[in-house]
Amino acid sequence: MIRGKNLAEKILNEHTIKDVKANDFVICEVDICFAHDGTGPLAIDQIKKLGKESVAKPDKTILFMDHASPSPRRELSNTHLLMRSFVNQTGIILHDVGCGVCHQIVSESYAKPGDIVVGADSHTCTAGALGAFATGMGSTDIAVAMALGKTWFRVPETFKIQVDGIFNKMVYAKDLMLFIIGEIGANGATYKSLEFSGSNINVMEISERMTLANMAVEAGAKCGLFSSDSKTKMYLQKHGREEDFRDVYPDENAKYERNIDIDVSKLSPMVSCPDTVDNVKTVDEVGDIKVDQVYIGTCTNGRIEDLRIAAKIIKGEKKHKNTRLIIVPASPKTYMEAIKEGIIETFIEAGGVIMPPSCGPCVGVHQGILGNGEICLSTQNRNFKGRMGNPEGYIYLSSPATAAASAIMGKITDPRGM
Amino acid sequence: MVLRGKVWKFGDSISTDLITPGRYYHLRSNLPELAKHAMEDADPTFSSKVKKGDFIVAGKDFGLGSSREHAPIVIKLSGVGAVIAHSFARIFYRNAINVGLPVVSCNTDQIDEGDTLEVDLERGILYNITKDVKIKYQPLPSLMKTILEAGGLVPYVKKHGDLKLV
Ligand code: SF4
Repeated sequence: MIRGKNLAEKILNEHTIKDVKANDFVICEVDICFAHDGTGPLAIDQIKKLGKESVAKPDKTILFMDHASPSPRRELSNTHLLMRSFVNQTGIILHDVGCGVCHQIVSESYAKPGDIVVGADSHTCTAGALGAFATGMGSTDIAVAMALGKTWFRVPETFKIQVDGIFNKMVYAKDLMLFIIGEIGANGATYKSLEFSGSNINVMEISERMTLANMAVEAGAKCGLFSSDSKTKMYLQKHGREEDFRDVYPDENAKYERNIDIDVSKLSPMVSCPDTVDNVKTVDEVGDIKVDQVYIGTCTNGRIEDLRIAAKIIKGEKKHKNTRLIIVPASPKTYMEAIKEGIIETFIEAGGVIMPPSCGPCVGVHQGILGNGEICLSTQNRNFKGRMGNPEGYIYLSSPATAAASAIMGKITDPRGM
Repeated sequence: MVLRGKVWKFGDSISTDLITPGRYYHLRSNLPELAKHAMEDADPTFSSKVKKGDFIVAGKDFGLGSSREHAPIVIKLSGVGAVIAHSFARIFYRNAINVGLPVVSCNTDQIDEGDTLEVDLERGILYNITKDVKIKYQPLPSLMKTILEAGGLVPYVKKHGDLKLV
């Protein structure tokens, strides 16, 4: 019997002429292609060097201004000008300042199950939550994908991650993903596709699947994939594009390079410690770590579901006097929902600072750069030295629940005690 | 192509944040200026001491993290002839080839700072002249080799008039 295809093989197979299996080199049509203000200008330069004045699919090509948004300095303002002029010239789509983090918007408004999505940002894998083969590349690859509407891939081998059991109170997808990265290591899945399935995944909302898919790259993976199902349908419905749904799932006799089984009922809240994401401990192993700044937001955990979790813990409390609390909704929709639900009010009453939908302080450009020796607990996906703008600062990573509890106590705190 | 140069040695997990720190984000539109900060958070003195043709040699997972292509670009602009590491993060590896920076993946335990190496990209042989040790490695897959030989992805596509598997 011919062996079946896993999700990565299946989606890539649909986008190319030959029959594909892991380790083949293929050229595929891409459905969606994007870059942001950190990588887009270089992609625009490369498109010009290719001698192209236009892009292959303007209605599927998107630029985002999210990393330096609103611009903190003139060099970056000029970069934004360059991007706007390219948009005017080519008729591609622009999400200007304040319109959210690229990965959140791609999932809300563009990616469909079965699509190939390529973006000039490593966390492009986020859209894998919707059953899209989504992967990050550099500016030149994206320039070619924008100009020609296609790119090349080496079809990845796949790790099947079977997740069963029910989360304990105050344990979330973020804790699961930190646990997985701690287990397999920051390069444990380099070049691989992670395919998630199991009874826990079946009941998991898209927002949490996005957290898992988002951090696939922190294990080195090319993508983090999910089958589409009723949760996917509901998500697309919520964002007004039910018609974009289709069933995408692996064949029954698909081949996997490795099987990893996880029972989440054994998991505690997890924390990733400086300076690598795989330096993972349970929250009670971390010890007494005071925090100068807590950041809740980003493409990993800046969704309404995340803000709700944090607000529930913070409601009626005040942040610790020695701790700054920064909240950045990942998209305008998230921001509006948070306002309507009174969540923003809760954060402000607790002493928090709300920033416009963007990457915020995640990448060290502005808005929350750490001082020498300072410690931040963040819901983002990376804690490399210098990530938040100062190599003398230290970054810990956690779920929004652990971040919220820690903001109140002024030190890394187990949310189960709140 | 055979490259020859001196080694600057780094450890494991050299992230793109160490290679091109986010605090220089505004310099991304000025690559020669950004290159003055290449590797700054891994070794603040790097860009002042690196010479044309030198090699960066590192441990596991070189280039992990962000997809910023500015990382291999500033390494190339600073004169480095090739990056040699035990292993590479996926996006960095592909970006390096796309901008015409040779990358060699092999065991680097027997290479120390200051060693002189000769790297035969064609045959996949690295010769540590200082230590008189030969290391064989898997050369690039043919598509990536052709892209590198063209000088990167843009010249490759221009040469073939299209994106083709060769
Ligand atoms: S929120 Fe952080 S990780 Fe996500 S796209 Fe922005 S800078 Fe990158």
